[in-house]
Amino acid sequence: MQEAAPFPPPPSPPTVAVTDLACRRGDRVLFSRLSLRLQAGEALQVAGRNGVGKSSLLRIVAGLAPAFAGSVGAEGRVGLLDERPALDPALPLGRALAFWRRLDGAAGDDLARLGLTPLLDVPVRYLSTGQKKRAALARLLGQDAAIWLLDEPLNGLDGHAVELAEAITAEHCAAGGIAMIASHQPFRLPAMRVLDLSAHALSEHAA
Amino acid sequence: MSRVAALLRRDLARLLLGGRGGGALLPVLFFLSVAMLYPFAVGPDAPLLARTGGGVIWVAALLAAILPLDRLVEPDIELGMFDQWALRGISEELVIAVRVIAHWLSFGPPLMLAALPAAALLGLDGRTLGIVEVGLLAGTPGLAALGVTVAALTAGLRGGAALSGLLVIPMAVPVLIFGAGSLGTGGTSGLALTAAASLVLIAIAPFAGGAAVRAARG
Repeated sequence: MQEAAPFPPPPSPPTVAVTDLACRRGDRVLFSRLSLRLQAGEALQVAGRNGVGKSSLLRIVAGLAPAFAGSVGAEGRVGLLDERPALDPALPLGRALAFWRRLDGAAGDDLARLGLTPLLDVPVRYLSTGQKKRAALARLLGQDAAIWLLDEPLNGLDGHAVELAEAITAEHCAAGGIAMIASHQPFRLPAMRVLDLSAHALSEHAA
Repeated sequence: MSRVAALLRRDLARLLLGGRGGGALLPVLFFLSVAMLYPFAVGPDAPLLARTGGGVIWVAALLAAILPLDRLVEPDIELGMFDQWALRGISEELVIAVRVIAHWLSFGPPLMLAALPAAALLGLDGRTLGIVEVGLLAGTPGLAALGVTVAALTAGLRGGAALSGLLVIPMAVPVLIFGAGSLGTGGTSGLALTAAASLVLIAIAPFAGGAAVRAARG
């Protein structure tokens, strides 16, 4: 278990380095020979057809899934936003978020900006998909992570919330953070690179 | 340390107080209803009840410990909690160790309290009740550790809840033999062996449970 040091060293700029990565699900190799490098302030959209391994790539970068071949290095704290909000369904939203605030320390999470203030007394299981997504975004903001891995962050969000999610991600990158976004919807960010994972897929080879 | 406190606080709110799952109340009521049914089943034969009642309390305690298994580990895997903890450097082993403590607190002490009215229903004398209580104190931590381990192993399996009950029962046999056996011999050696079996299960639980959660994540 990692305890916070009393005098933390000055944070080095976050980086993500992926070298010659291959990913396997079951007995199928989804993609291979993938190399990329992200510096502080950069954003990358991971595109590609369904099942090409966008989510798997994010989970490998997060260290939650093993790489089949190649290596992944992430310098900096990693935050993950995926389809599971990681909020207790039986608890009111305010208390479910408070659990993560106790683990993450008192970082600034913008509940009012995300339109969550009127929902704090509502149990998480009564929230809509989009409301849960916004709550998960609040959890991510509170984590104060340098590297954001966003897996289909726009699913279920209405037009206003989509713009808000894009603005928040742009601010994160402008402040020196890194964002990797797996999405097949357009995600409008200034100076975002796009990686088409289908180009690395092994569909033509026998795996 | 504050992370352990935050985890323990959440676990206790879920397991002890319960919400929709019923918390600690359901296993206790189950335990008491078994103790109440037994005299109806075997008849009002006071010496027989007094002789076998201690063993019935032990079997009821074991079965009551199985009730909450399906909400010990699996919901947190489905919610993605373990992924978020891993990203924060909180190991699965730590989470499982905290959960063993919370699970024990939510059924061990309540069952020890409920053993008092159960002993009255079965007509146990004070000496037998004392051995039962000390035996439960020594044995229930092991049952808690075993329950969390098996819940982690079966998380994500189809029919995991029924399977975990089946898996716990044979592995709980050592605790049951020594715990209930100490009633017959009346000696402290049975209680010491109960505690020893408990300690083995507690020592294994964080590592076996943590590895099982990581494997379930895939």
